[in-house]
Amino acid sequence: MRRRRGEGRAGAGGPRYPGWLALPAILWWAFFFVGPLAIMAALSFGEVSGYADVAFTWNLGNYRYLWDPLYGEIFLRTFELAVIGTGVTLLIGFPFAYYLARYAKNKTFLLFLVIVPFWTSFLIRTYSWLIILDPDFPLFRALGLSDAVGRLDLLYTTKAIYIGVAYNYLPLMVLPLYAALERMDWTLVEAAEDLGDGPLRAFRRVTLPLVLPGVLAGSLLVFIPLTGEFLIPAILGGERTFFVGNLIAQQFGEARDWPFGASISMVIVGAMTIAMLLYARLLSRQEQFGG
Amino acid sequence: MARQLLRVHVWIVYLFLYAPIVVVVVLAFNRGSQVLFWEGFSTRWFGEALRNPEIRDALRTSLLVAGLNAVIACVLGTLLALSLSRMRVWLRAPIDALAYMTLVTPEIVFGISALIFFVEGGKRLGVDSPLGIWTIVAAHVVFNTAVVTLVVRARFVGMGQQLEEASYDLGAGPLSTFRQVTLPRLAPAILAGGLLAFTFSFDDFYTSFFVAGVDSQTLPLYIFGKVRFGISPEINATAAMILGVTLVAIAVAYLVLRRTGQARGGAGLPGV
Repeated sequence: MRRRRGEGRAGAGGPRYPGWLALPAILWWAFFFVGPLAIMAALSFGEVSGYADVAFTWNLGNYRYLWDPLYGEIFLRTFELAVIGTGVTLLIGFPFAYYLARYAKNKTFLLFLVIVPFWTSFLIRTYSWLIILDPDFPLFRALGLSDAVGRLDLLYTTKAIYIGVAYNYLPLMVLPLYAALERMDWTLVEAAEDLGDGPLRAFRRVTLPLVLPGVLAGSLLVFIPLTGEFLIPAILGGERTFFVGNLIAQQFGEARDWPFGASISMVIVGAMTIAMLLYARLLSRQEQFGG
Repeated sequence: MARQLLRVHVWIVYLFLYAPIVVVVVLAFNRGSQVLFWEGFSTRWFGEALRNPEIRDALRTSLLVAGLNAVIACVLGTLLALSLSRMRVWLRAPIDALAYMTLVTPEIVFGISALIFFVEGGKRLGVDSPLGIWTIVAAHVVFNTAVVTLVVRARFVGMGQQLEEASYDLGAGPLSTFRQVTLPRLAPAILAGGLLAFTFSFDDFYTSFFVAGVDSQTLPLYIFGKVRFGISPEINATAAMILGVTLVAIAVAYLVLRRTGQARGGAGLPGV
């Protein structure tokens, strides 16, 4: 038998691809991902010099600036958006993923149908609600609901923003939930019910602990990008309600204060890091108790 | 009973997911010049959109960026997936972490980082306005490489190495084994990964928004600029075209992956 490499482990024959094949991708990431993030971090301590130029200095001015109550309000509103957005997608997504994982027949295809909208343009999916939330939307007129919808006053309000958020972020929540529920051994639930637990109690004591990692992963996937969301407020909120993302975009647009924009962005990075650490911690505790 | 309720919920969610997409596409075929008043079927606005030089330019830019991005991401992602397959864990774990970071970092954070990087880097190199098609491509490749890697690696791990072993046993070297055995088997996954990379780039708004500069505009950026003044039939038609391109790419990727899944089962080789 002729074998050049990969002897030893059974079934481990065939080519062993050299590690340097990873280099192009790693270099690309180092250059165009790690590098930019590092420079942004550095610039968050910098300052504006002259018009539209920046200087890399060492001052905390940008961060001190963030303590202004004006920005505090924006941060709180963004946190609220991220928390409520996560909660709403979880409320809609959980029963959905539960049915798909436990009862549905054509699971792969049904799941694919959830992913398709997610792969289509975020911008267009948001734009479409401009049409649907309009009291003059043809369907509302046909049903004679235009006045009722008009009274709800949805378009260009916070309500519209939340509808857009629930719509756009739902698939991100459903995918990890489904992955967790799909691995569930439903006989455990049946056993709990046979032993006298009601459906709700069985759900709380058996299902929930087992799928908690999926719930956490989905929440994280929705929460993190929501902290930087600015497209949905810009389109559906009519640029009236300001979130952290809009504030950052503004620093790189009209305001032209890149260092300040970088420091706000660092707050998002901070929030993301905290969320991920919490996630890791909850997961490890889950492993201790949940088995 | 509870199960029936869940079922209804599932149907409502699907309606929720698809209704907006359907609405945009249907209204794109409205003849009238007011979006919300149906005046009959017509493809008039597609023609108007395609005759609009701004939209044509944006479409060309978008296709070029998405195509270049897909090709580069395929090369980088495939090479990475191959090398990761047998890499030692201590080396592989940080690379994996980096790949996931490119996917979970909020795009706004990455977008402004890339903007600062390109502009400041350009200044050091004496380039006046570095932003344009190439900076968009460079930024898009970052996360799309991770996408291709995930797709190709799943296929590579799933397909087993028996055929490669056989090829070695029959005397083929590593390069000809790769060319004649591994690459053809991986091709569907690479194609699917490439199509995904194409759609993600074609649809991307956030990253492009920051690194595009003033001279190059992708379709989503064009639409964003217009949407601020409200809805219009021309935007509807453009949006429908974007959706069309994306949906075709996704459908092809799905069919390619599914067909190879069947081919795998039909090959009659245990474990392959």
